[in-house]
Amino acid sequence: MDIIIEGIKHAFMLLFTLDREVLGITWLSLRISVSATFLSMFIGVSVGTAVALNQFPGRRLVVSLINTGMALPPVVVGLFVTIFLWRNGPLGFLEILYTPTAIVIAQTVIATPIVMGISLAAIQNLPANLRLQILALGATRLQMLWMLVKEARLPLLAAVMAGFGGVISEVGASMMVGGNIKGYSRVLTTATVMETSRGNFAIAIALSIILLLLAFTVNVVLTLIQQRDRPR
Amino acid sequence: MNAESPILEIRNLEVKRGGASVLDIPFLSLSEGEVLCLIGPNGAGKSTLLLTLARLLKSSKGEMAFKGQVIASNNAILTYRRSLSMVFQEPLLFDTTVFENVASGLKIRGIQHDEMRQVAADCLERFGIGHLAGRSARKLSGGEAQRTSLARAFATKPEIIFLDEPFSSLDPPTRESLMEDLNRILRETGTTTIMATHDQMEAIRLSDRIAVMNQGKIAQIGFPDTVMNSPADEFVASFVGVETILNGEIVKTGAGTVICRVQNGEIEAVGNAKPGERVVCCIRPEQVTLSTTQSGGGVSARNTFPGRIVRISPMGLFYKISLDCGFFLTAYVTAPSVENLALQEDKPVFASFKATAVHLIRRSV
Repeated sequence: MDIIIEGIKHAFMLLFTLDREVLGITWLSLRISVSATFLSMFIGVSVGTAVALNQFPGRRLVVSLINTGMALPPVVVGLFVTIFLWRNGPLGFLEILYTPTAIVIAQTVIATPIVMGISLAAIQNLPANLRLQILALGATRLQMLWMLVKEARLPLLAAVMAGFGGVISEVGASMMVGGNIKGYSRVLTTATVMETSRGNFAIAIALSIILLLLAFTVNVVLTLIQQRDRPR
Repeated sequence: MNAESPILEIRNLEVKRGGASVLDIPFLSLSEGEVLCLIGPNGAGKSTLLLTLARLLKSSKGEMAFKGQVIASNNAILTYRRSLSMVFQEPLLFDTTVFENVASGLKIRGIQHDEMRQVAADCLERFGIGHLAGRSARKLSGGEAQRTSLARAFATKPEIIFLDEPFSSLDPPTRESLMEDLNRILRETGTTTIMATHDQMEAIRLSDRIAVMNQGKIAQIGFPDTVMNSPADEFVASFVGVETILNGEIVKTGAGTVICRVQNGEIEAVGNAKPGERVVCCIRPEQVTLSTTQSGGGVSARNTFPGRIVRISPMGLFYKISLDCGFFLTAYVTAPSVENLALQEDKPVFASFKATAVHLIRRSV
């Protein structure tokens, strides 16, 4: 018990004293995961919507692949992103392995199928004739898509929250492609793993609490967006 | 109705699904301000025709002209779609307020804010839902939701409105009041309308013309009275409620009347046909009267037949009496009449109908 209480005390001390290193790690974690979530939102919502609205050969296979992708193990993503970005790899020339950019890429790969799968289900769940009704109201194709997305905004924001949840808590891929370099590519999860392995439980708990607070805050913001403007 | 300039005209329209033709309309023309009702059984192609006419479903071939202009390019389709509105069986409202729903078509067209508010508010009032403007569309009753959907459709002042069974999921009193309002608004605005329905009474009340559809084709199109009383073929006859459909052969012709042999009886009908010609005799059940004595008041003696009641089936407001008069005949009788005549199964009665009540269809084979 002492370890936990000590850890919580330490966490608040680190927070209130605005410890530079902890703040840096928190800020980087937030930036990386928010960037990855944004990227996955654009890719996931648009591809998910396209798949939901169109019929084409092999559609079922595509849907199964997307759904499988939702359970993609981060270490597998980490492994393949590492191979691609390795000096001799196909994208080695970019020289971004062990940088925050590499973590953003890996996290985007993890979050995109999550956002895509939920978006697909959300758009598919809208009434079948709604698309025709919107077109009959005189909408262009773009207006129609925007109105459908607006109609599915609750589940779509849930998709974004799930995507963010998936990447802010992810550790395997960040460790593998980011390298956990102090002051450069160290994020909350990788730092927690490292401190735990060193036996610095107090700092590890402190980092975990910050991680929880961060996840909580971002989700509160998204929930507020999701639930605003709902008419009585 | 202006018969000279069709607002919408289609030629050789065909829609195929999986290689099979689901819609095949060689020609259809709609006059400005006309209300056309499509009736037909489920799967007859009513919705497919509406969606194709609204250019929401691609046709495999065919040509469509709106006010004389062929609709071909994507731009022309958008312009055309902005001249029409469509209401489906489900209200398909957006998850926002009633007001925002009604204004949505105007917003899409980029109408100025003040004008939009004014037009939407007028439309809400017209459909009697002004008091619901701020309410969530998710919290409306079925009737209120369909009113909102109709108000949204009329807000853009469409030149043609397509209605796909808009009343079919409503309870009878709600349907009645909404139909009343729609009829008034259609007549006030003079909006050209095509409405699909499976309710003939709805069609008779609202339409200038009725088209009966079967298997993707228009089996008959004409004034409601013509379709109901002079069906073009056996399918139309049975769909519009003709209960007695008899195959027969003309045995004698007279001055504007013919005698037709059907099973074990001879029927007098008004019409022109040659002796020996094969015909189908259609008799609506409400045209047949029953009595217990052979004194058919004012009815041609020839069309009075002694018969036996085979079955009495209650049909709500009246009874359906199936008779064997040497041929099968069906009559509708009110409950008091059933009581007065003491009708029961196996009872002998006299059935009579006027020669003008018999509609003859020439058999093509």
